[in-house]
Amino acid sequence: MNLMMLLEMAASGFSDRVAVQNGKETLTYSELFGAAGAAAQEIVASGCEQMAVLDVNSLAVPVGLFASAWAGVPFVPLSYRLTGAELDALVARISPSYLVTEAKRVESLAHVPDTTVVTREAFLARAIAGKAGEASWSMDPEAIAILLFTSGTTGTPKAAVLRHKHLVSYILGSVEFGSAAEEDAALVSVPPYHIAGVATIASSVYAGRRIVQLPSFSAEAWLEAARSERVTNAFVVPTVLARVIDALEGAASAALPHLRALSYGGGKMPLPVIEKAMKLFPDCDFANAYGLTETSSTISVLSPEDHRRAAESEDPKLRRRLTSVGRPLPSLEVEIRDEDGKTLEAGEQGEIYVRGEQVSGEYLGRGTTVDRDGWFPTRDGGSMDSDGYLFIEGRVDDIIVRGGENMSPGEIEDVLLEHDAVVDAAVVGIPDEQWGESIAAAVVIRAGRSASEQELRVWVKDRLRSSRTPERIEFRNELPYNETGKLLRRKLRAELVGGES
Amino acid sequence: MAQLKTGARLRSAVCSTEVMVVVAPEGEVELTCGGAPMIDVATTPSEGVSISPDAAKGTALGKRYASQGGDLELLCIKPGEGSLGVGGAPLALKEAKPLPSSD
Repeated sequence: MNLMMLLEMAASGFSDRVAVQNGKETLTYSELFGAAGAAAQEIVASGCEQMAVLDVNSLAVPVGLFASAWAGVPFVPLSYRLTGAELDALVARISPSYLVTEAKRVESLAHVPDTTVVTREAFLARAIAGKAGEASWSMDPEAIAILLFTSGTTGTPKAAVLRHKHLVSYILGSVEFGSAAEEDAALVSVPPYHIAGVATIASSVYAGRRIVQLPSFSAEAWLEAARSERVTNAFVVPTVLARVIDALEGAASAALPHLRALSYGGGKMPLPVIEKAMKLFPDCDFANAYGLTETSSTISVLSPEDHRRAAESEDPKLRRRLTSVGRPLPSLEVEIRDEDGKTLEAGEQGEIYVRGEQVSGEYLGRGTTVDRDGWFPTRDGGSMDSDGYLFIEGRVDDIIVRGGENMSPGEIEDVLLEHDAVVDAAVVGIPDEQWGESIAAAVVIRAGRSASEQELRVWVKDRLRSSRTPERIEFRNELPYNETGKLLRRKLRAELVGGES
Repeated sequence: MAQLKTGARLRSAVCSTEVMVVVAPEGEVELTCGGAPMIDVATTPSEGVSISPDAAKGTALGKRYASQGGDLELLCIKPGEGSLGVGGAPLALKEAKPLPSSD
């Protein structure tokens, strides 16, 4: 098994189709194959043990991904959001490496020992002009395909290990070869160092779908690219969808006649955002994908049909499905377990466990968290209803324990978000002498509206119960998110604790 | 007869077909394409062997082929004129279950 095999098949099945496009630059499948082969020779010749790309979405990302697979070294996408010192530390950890980056960064990275730093332009020019050579990659399923540094908000980032067997199994289990139509195009706005950014390359290549890269996100650029490139499919993280909807404010529909499928994931999607999106994109198929870096991306999907049925239904049980992440992929098993590892019944809340060929759960130098029977503890809390629909309740580590009662921040946040004046809300537990933890909330009020702390407390109390009512509510202009839309709960908690005196 | 390994790449001895083992059965089996035993992809086929007319329906790129019990499954990574079989029985084309695109 090797990711290159997916590209080899695409290059023989639809060689002249455009595989990837960035502005005016394009590569067909056969050109991408050739560039990967030529770049692989250069990577091997450098004597590196890792191939890294520190770049926005550019052609260097797919070329680098497949070239490393061909060369037999792990591909390491690095975050351009990191500071110079953080990057130096990561680059030192992956040396000796062959590192492709933007011209403006070359100088600042040149001093790191055992690192061959190459500009994106030089890398691509040589790859495109070069010759592929014999198809000679290893089929060892255990070889490491990708090292992805997690966005851990404290401490040293961990490197998640994804082997060729995990990624190839994920693609074979979720994508039908050549299933895209000739005119299909996927708009990629997720950064390359996010698992969805890597997975979308492999999925699109195997489906034969043109990838349209968006180097840096703005709602206007996203809408413009979707229109001018006749984009048919897009994956968005919740903050991206929220910003696109804001940019469409006042419009009756999104006026993107080619867009057929919009999938979302990478964080919790607020119900009002998805409801608005379904109105603005009435002809679009919506899919909610839930997955983790450690599981090679998606493990469950709420299908377009589920979305429509939920939106049209009066039945509260069906309507609630819009907040579900759907059902596990057929190639996987999912269980909900309690703290002692006992499997729970439908509807009961616990931790989500997953088992399947695409599941890695391994970190470089730290071994695996997968148990002897192949089950991976996701550290996500959740429940599954009697029809197999999965509901995520946030990270297990974020569960608030107040006076012995366990509560998930998500439940309280949902209720706050139902209030008209609230645009965003986050709930965390903060240390409390009497209760162990008490509930604190940070709330963003909609422009031109107002709501008092007392009013919001009563709002929650009437809908949940007094023990779940935030003891403190702070008003903010915005909540702290990372650039892929993940709420930085630890940061918020530290701020709320710090601001207490 | 050989023990198959998941992820291994095999080629036909009589046509251009190449496959990857997606699901490998326990124990040794005789995997054939075009009626002749399949060989490791790095091996050169011996000359003078030709496709058996009983096994010449062809393979299609990207399609999956499975044994009746489902304990053996192959992915066609290069198509050819021979058809696949195990222990004398033909492998059947496995129908794809469509999933919504999710990333």
